[in-house]
Amino acid sequence: MAEYSAFSLLKNALTGNKDWKPAWRKPDPKASYDVIVIGGGGHGLSTAYYLAKEHGITNVAVLEKGWLGSGNVGRNTTAVRSNYLLPQNTRFYEHSMKLWENLSHDLNYNVMFSQRGCLNLAHTPAQLDDYARRGNAMRHLGVDAELMNVDQIKRLVPALDVSGSARFPVLGGLMQPRAGTARHDAVAWGYARGADRRGVDIIENCEVTGFLRDGGRITGVTTTRGEIRAKKVALAVAGSTGHVMQLAGISHMPIESHVLQAFVSESLKPIVDTVLTFGMGHFYISQSDKGGLVYGGDLDGYNSYAQRGSLPIVDEVMSEMLALFPGLARVRMLRSWGGLCDMTMDGSPIITTGPLPGMYLNCGWCYGGFKATPASGWCFAHTIAKDEPHEFNAPFTLDRFYRGLIIDDKGQGANPRLH
Amino acid sequence: MLITCPYCGPRDVIEFTYQGDGNRERPQPASQDLDAWNAYVYDRLNPAGDHSEIWQHSGGCRAHLRVVRNTITHEILSTEFARGGHKSADNRAEDRP
Repeated sequence: MAEYSAFSLLKNALTGNKDWKPAWRKPDPKASYDVIVIGGGGHGLSTAYYLAKEHGITNVAVLEKGWLGSGNVGRNTTAVRSNYLLPQNTRFYEHSMKLWENLSHDLNYNVMFSQRGCLNLAHTPAQLDDYARRGNAMRHLGVDAELMNVDQIKRLVPALDVSGSARFPVLGGLMQPRAGTARHDAVAWGYARGADRRGVDIIENCEVTGFLRDGGRITGVTTTRGEIRAKKVALAVAGSTGHVMQLAGISHMPIESHVLQAFVSESLKPIVDTVLTFGMGHFYISQSDKGGLVYGGDLDGYNSYAQRGSLPIVDEVMSEMLALFPGLARVRMLRSWGGLCDMTMDGSPIITTGPLPGMYLNCGWCYGGFKATPASGWCFAHTIAKDEPHEFNAPFTLDRFYRGLIIDDKGQGANPRLH
Repeated sequence: MLITCPYCGPRDVIEFTYQGDGNRERPQPASQDLDAWNAYVYDRLNPAGDHSEIWQHSGGCRAHLRVVRNTITHEILSTEFARGGHKSADNRAEDRP
């Protein structure tokens, strides 16, 4: 299985790098499969990988409408953390963190997981109290969390404006040392290769256009590459969930699709060696290994399937960056883009059987989907294989909204654009 | 993105507050129909295409507007007062209470 090793690198270097095999095949779709996973993003690919690895289900197709990794898995700002308040979220994301910690070995593919820490800055005494409460809740469940004072923060991030004259003075922060970043493309490619080598067919440029039914039961899909039947059809289509569910005849969901923008600056020498978040707005920043600052902020704030945003948020994000780092005022922005976020009514995801017979649903990642990639696929594979959720995803049902069991970490209520 | 307010004319999107899906029906306050309340609070039509939605001109005249907008292109197809009746600034006196 270890195709990538010091020996193989040396051998291929000496032979002109002509003998590398493609990381995954390009098969034509078969007439039927045991499981179809719709969506070749991080969650769909990890679902297929864990179906094969953990449950021995290898007659699986992953259908991707574009090319592999063209959606959110290549559009996020790569942060990985498990610093939640509510126990349902903490347990799930901590399981994800533990999978991250061994992911490169598991996949024999370097996902460049870098546990550089994630620091949430506090700017008011009440916010610092709130962070202390969240840190205690995390530690209570065995997750690492440390409250930092201003002197510690100044030593950790010297470029940060921690003076009393800052627009929003920094009073402290909550650090999760095991949090960090990973190379998002490598996560998609690593899972794709791992799934492919176990027999999963990854079918790109294959858009689902409808569902096949036998009575009320979903028995397959129609696609731009023909009909494909399956015993089980699993959706992992993130921002397109509303659209694909409409194809299945379900018009209303507790989800709105919104656009979130992200930005990369020109390459700089190392200036931020952690993931930093601003507490008086919505802003987060880290620095890639190439030196570019990777950062983002709020949603544009209205329903969108456009994968591009508008200028007011660009202005807001830059303002927030300069409130923290006045020294970055002359740094030029290199690229910006948008991704679709499937925002739920409580800010927490949905991983469940149903809602139709033969269907399985994985959605509602808001803008926290990337860090969940391993656990999302792991739990979804369990749910598909066993026809019941694992205890880690048992709270993330679709009907929790109607049963008074919402998991609202931010306490924003049924207002998706604020989660 | 510009939204044409029937009172104020074309204004930048930053003057407006988004209030989401305009197709929801609020049950009568005395209603004890749980399914209807659940649907009102939690369920959203989330189409890839034309979407009828409510915006408030919070940075202007504060009127609530019904806007039909395409969620793929962001093109705005129509704007009117959310409570109906008004179509443009010209006939605004007609329906004033």
